Order: sequence, then C-alpha cells, then structure tokens
Amino acid sequence: MTEATALYDLPGPRTRRRHALYGALSTVVILALLAWILYLLFDTGQFTSTKWMPFAYQGIQELLLRGLGNTLKAFAIAAVLSLALGGLLATGRLSDHRPVRWLATLVVEFFRAMPVLVMIFFIFVALRVQPLPALVAGLTLYNGSVLAEVFRSGVNAVERGQREAAFALGMRKTQVMAHVLVPQAVRAMLPAIISQLVVALKDTSLGFLITYEEFLHAGKLIASDLDYDLPFIPVVMVISPIYIGMCMLLSWFADWVSRRERRSPKTKGVAVATPGPGALLPGGVPPTAPRP
Amino acid sequence: MNVLTDNFSTYGAGFLGTLELTVYASLLALALGFLMASFRVAPVGSLRVFGTAWVTVLRNTPLTLLFFAVLLGLPRFGLVLPFQVFAVLALGCYTSAFVCEALRSGINTVPKGQGEAARSLGMSFGQTLSLVVLPQAFRSVIPPVGSTLIALAKNSAIAGAFSVTELLGTYKTLNELGYNIIWTFVWIAAGYLVITLAISALFHALERTWGVPR
Amino acid sequence: MFRTTRAPRALCAVLAGLLAGLAAACGKEGSPPSKGPAAERLPHYQVAEGFRLPASRTWTRAKKRGHFVVGVKEDQPYLGEKDPATGTYSGFDIEIAKMMSASLGLPPKTIRFRTIASANRETALQNGQIDYYVGTYTINANRKKLVGFAGPYYLAGQSLLVRTDEHDIHGPQDLPGKRVCSAAGSTPYQRIKADYPKAVLVAYDTYSVCVDNLLTYQVEAVTTDDAILIGYAAKAPGELKVVGKPFSEEPYGIGVPHGDNALRFALDDALAAREKNGDWKKAYDATLGLSGVPAPQPPAIDRYPAS
Repeated sequence: MTEATALYDLPGPRTRRRHALYGALSTVVILALLAWILYLLFDTGQFTSTKWMPFAYQGIQELLLRGLGNTLKAFAIAAVLSLALGGLLATGRLSDHRPVRWLATLVVEFFRAMPVLVMIFFIFVALRVQPLPALVAGLTLYNGSVLAEVFRSGVNAVERGQREAAFALGMRKTQVMAHVLVPQAVRAMLPAIISQLVVALKDTSLGFLITYEEFLHAGKLIASDLDYDLPFIPVVMVISPIYIGMCMLLSWFADWVSRRERRSPKTKGVAVATPGPGALLPGGVPPTAPRP
Repeated sequence: MNVLTDNFSTYGAGFLGTLELTVYASLLALALGFLMASFRVAPVGSLRVFGTAWVTVLRNTPLTLLFFAVLLGLPRFGLVLPFQVFAVLALGCYTSAFVCEALRSGINTVPKGQGEAARSLGMSFGQTLSLVVLPQAFRSVIPPVGSTLIALAKNSAIAGAFSVTELLGTYKTLNELGYNIIWTFVWIAAGYLVITLAISALFHALERTWGVPR
Repeated sequence: MFRTTRAPRALCAVLAGLLAGLAAACGKEGSPPSKGPAAERLPHYQVAEGFRLPASRTWTRAKKRGHFVVGVKEDQPYLGEKDPATGTYSGFDIEIAKMMSASLGLPPKTIRFRTIASANRETALQNGQIDYYVGTYTINANRKKLVGFAGPYYLAGQSLLVRTDEHDIHGPQDLPGKRVCSAAGSTPYQRIKADYPKAVLVAYDTYSVCVDNLLTYQVEAVTTDDAILIGYAAKAPGELKVVGKPFSEEPYGIGVPHGDNALRFALDDALAAREKNGDWKKAYDATLGLSGVPAPQPPAIDRYPAS
C-alpha cells in the first residue's frame, strides 16, 4: 500500500496472506479476460494478412501521417487562440466596468454550457464555414471560455496580501495585474491550463464528423474500404495508441509541472485538475480552485 | 420560429433521445465508476493496476474515437445490438473514468484520522466504510460528479452526429426538409441548455442538502 | 509515485518508435491493389479548345484560375470514390465531372476534386468553395430554390442491398419487421419512414457505415439509390447483392451556383453532346458498367427556364 487512506490499517500477516490470495485470484480473472479478448480477435480473423497489408504501403502511411499532421495543426491553432481568448475573457471578467464584466460572464457561461460539437456544427452548417476554421472556432470558443475561468480563479487565488501590498506601493490596477497577480496565477494554474489543452487535443477528433481530413478521418477511409476487407480493428489498433499516447504525454507533462511546483517555494501547491470530460458546473465551483 | 412548432415531434423525439441517452449512460458511468474507484483503493495490487489502466486509457481517449471503436468494432465480434446501446456503452465507459477519479479523490479527502478513530472505537471495516468514510466522501464528490454528468449530457451530441436519435441529429432531417438552419440550431441549443441546467439545478439541490460547507 | 513517472516514459519510447517507423517510409511503393475502375481503361475526352463563356461568373473565375474545383463524394464505389492510398478519385460521377470540364475548355486532368458532405453541398456552391458538384445529387424542387441543376445525367431509383445469404427480402414489401439502414435525414430514409412504417429504421451518417453494419449482421438491408448500391455490390460480389426493382425516381443532376444560368445551359449542351457522341456510354462502361449492369438510356435533359 502506497496510498494512505482512511480505509485500512497496516495489514498484519494474516491479512497480508488474504490479500495475496485475492491478488492471485483477480490476476487470474484479469488475465483470463485478456486472453478471451485475444481469442476473439484471432477467432474473428482480425490478424489476417489482407487486413494488415494496407499499412505496408507508403501511400497509406502517408495518408495517416497527413491526417496526424492535420490533427496537430488544428490543435496548435486552437490552443494558441484559446489561450488568447481565455486571457481576453478573463480580463473582461476581472474588469472594473460592470457592462464589460457582465458581457464577459455571459459569453463564458454560454459557451461553457453549450456542447462543443453543437457549436462546431452550427459554425460549419449554419454559418457555412470550411471544416478547419469551423473546428478551430468551435474549439477556441469552448476552451477559451473554460480557460478564462481557470485564469480568473487563478488570479483570485493569489493571496490577498499580495494585491494589497502592491496597491499600497502605489501601483495602478494594470500594474498590479501585470507584475504581481498574473505571473503568480499563471504559474499556479499551469497544470490546469495544460490539462485543458489535453481536452482540446482530444476534441480535435470531432473534426472527423465535419469531414475535416484529420487522423481519425484517414483511419475511417482505410477502415471502410471493401477492397482491404474492411480492416476496422487493425485501424483502431494502429490509431488509438497514437491518440492515447499523445494525450497521455500531455497529461503527464501537466502532472510533472504540478509536482515540480509543489516542491517550488515560488507557488503554493495547487491541486492539478484532471483533464475533465469537458464541463464545469455552470456557476459552480471551478475544479481548479486550490484546496483549502 | 415556425421551425419549432412545425417539427415539434421531431424535436421532442430528439430531446427525449438525448435525455434517455444521458440517463442510461449516467447510470452505467456511476456504476462502473464506483466499481473502478473501489478497485483503485483496494488493497489488492492487480485490481489497482486494472483500475488505474482503465482510468488512464479512457481519460486520454478522444470520445469520437471511442464511439467509432464501439460502434463499428464490437459488431466485429458478432455482437448485434441497436445503436442506442452502443452509444450508452461508449458514453458510459468514457464518463466512468472521470466519475472514478471524482469518487477516489473524494475518498482521499477524508482525513486518515477519521478511519483510525473509527477503528479504535472497535468498528469493523464495513462499519468504518459505511458509517464514517462514505458519508463524508459522498458530500465532497457532489459537485465534481455533477459537472461530470453535465459533460456527459453535452457529449451525447456526438451520438447525434453519428446517427439521428438525438437532439443534434435532428438538424439533418430539418435541413433536408429545407427549414431555416439558424433557427433549427437555436432550438437545438435551447434543448441542451434545458438539460444541462436541469442537471446543474439537481446537483445544487443535492449539495445544499448534503454538501459540506467549505 | 514510481509507477506514475515511469509508465509515461516507457510509453514515450514506444510512441517515438512507432512514429519513427512510420516516418522512415519503410513501406512498399504505390498502393494496395484495389478493384474499381482501372485508370488506363478510362476514356479520354476531347477538350473544346477556345471555348468561351464570359456570361458565367463561375466559368470566368475558373478560367482565370486555370482549373475547375469540383465537389464530389469520396465513399461511393464506382460513382465517386477516393483511393485512400493515392488520393485519386474514380467513378462514374468523376467521369461526368471530367467530361464537363473538357467541354468547358479546361483539360480534365487539371480538375481539383474536393470531398463535400451531402449536408454541405448547397453551402459549398453558394459561397463559391466549388464551381460545380457531381455526386449523386438528386434534382428536386426544394433544392432548385438554392442551387441550379444541369442534366439530369443519370436516372437512379431507390433500391435495396442485402447479403447474398438473405432470401426473404425481394423488395420493399418485405421490409416490415426488418432492420433497414440508410443515411440520417436523407430522402430514402424519409421515404421508408413514410411508406413502410413497420420497417425498423437505423440511421448512420454515411452509407459506408450502413454497409459495414449489413456485413456484421446489425441490419438486414441497406436502402438508397440503386447506383450507389450497385457500386457496393460490385466491390463485394460474394457477399452483397441488390434486390428488387427501383421504387422511386432519382434524377441525378450537376449542381451549379444558383443564378448562373449561363453555366447551367452550357453544361446541358455539353451533356447532350457527350451523350450523342458516345462518351457518356464509354464513361458508364468503364465505371458502373463493371458491375455487370448494362448501360441504360440516359434520361432526357431538363432544360428548365432561367431563374
């Protein structure tokens, strides 16, 4: 046991033997499950050479790489624009002018409550925009709004004394923000920001639904080809490790940053938000609020 | 405006479809999430590994890919099921990873001393769990589980893009019939807002009743 | 703690290996063998040198650019299909697009094809993303309000695709109680819903998913225009067959931007000429004809007045 929870005492020798028995049993069950899946895969002929043959050809490899490139392109543009929009909306929400604050709040709350796919389809179908800009715009509006909340809660989480001290030194609000609050907030919120970017990376795959020629689209093109004997499972086996790997890399980076920060004296420890499935409770507690 | 009145039954079917999908997938996600959370805090190594793998893989899988894999992959093994069941499976499994994490961090927020105190009073494992740890954990997981379920309702739109039995999917029918596309989407958006706000209100009420004051 | 740091690192290695393997271009040259129209057997179309159509904005724009941008479909075998490996398009619709380009004075090989989803055809024409659209585009009154139609160049009809081991379905009258797949919201879908309400309808976003579902026994039949179904049946002759007579009339037209009557009439003339000189039949024989279904008579061209 590495994790200390309120659930158990340190196990004694009898308990440890019992746990070892449970461990053996559950290992057997899990292995049996895996073996069964493997058997099913072989039994239904997923490893025949016709189904894997397409991947040996350069044309197919290039198609997949092009798709991956398009995925990363959409992600890069959406990430940069989301950060910019997030900054802008957070500035609006922290503004001293009431109308600005209200407008920013309205925008943020609306786009957080709307499914990102509905936004993408609306822009694509109703506003008649090309697939890539439609995808990027949808992702930017959604992730920008979420990031705005992250930034705002980050700024608000900076100790009150910091702000008071800065004002007492005679700094103007802009100076307080730029020199005191934002640098600390960004450092503290970096893991949460990266986690949100994982969401953006995952959501680029929605482009597949509006015929943007990204990674999943390339996979589907191969998988639905009758000439290749519909190599659906092989395609999933090739594509998902790459997708999952990319997201895990980014998640792991967020974890690493947060661990580093917990050790760093410059920031107070801030709990890393998990790369959430997408939403926050409208008007609820942001998941990135530092724990008391 | 007449987009809504002319096609009330289409919208209604889509709305109910989304609602149904959300409810069933939520139940599956809560059940699976609870199971995986208990695996992850279990004193048995292999179960912990399994739970961790489940959460790590699903949390980092794009939902579109998961839909694709479930929808077209499972039939390869001779499984014959209607689309809605596949959609519930994909949505439920995906969300279970997030539910699991919410529950686990809820259990971890209960201070170690609480369990130690309970045991020193002579409570058994079952009593510790059901009388001391879970009631406290339950309170602190209400908000995160609520936002997870709201995300689930919103993610059900992906099912609509693959098929038609869902709110977003109605746009295809109405577009083919030649209705004003902007208004079509306005009513779709309204439908989603109703659902997400309802879940939000439900969890706010839960939190008011049982939540812990912060 | 150790587990969480080490696992991603091992994963990095695996991932890097995978990517390197892909990037190293270790693959075989060319593309996997595929059925479908053979490139060297396709007919050549005489280019109308010196053709001019200044009255058409679309044509003027394309001429200046040096090529047409044509919207097509990418997942319909023998009609409009994109080879995943080479990225080239082939099929009957593609041949029609090529011969139209030739008749309008631009060599067919200059055409840029773009995949446009059914839901976005009108949009793509309206905002000038494409010059014309050839892709199983049924002419109807509703769409005529949004785009112009040249042709029709082919008369399709709704029909049924089943597995070869299916012996109970011979036509739409046998559908009650059966699971039938079609594209969500499409006209064939709505026709089955209205005329055969006892059939169990399944909807997906594309026909390739429907065909996939048919082969994995999720559904008993796929319904849409016979031209599309014939293409699928020809790709998997041992597994799929088209049954029954068509039970609707779907005249396929060439979509052009609304109001560009000059282009529409020029395409009508071009089609008539190509049908007369035998190019139309050659194109059919080299594509859809490979399925074994003989070339039908091309439908009469509907030269409706300028709007």
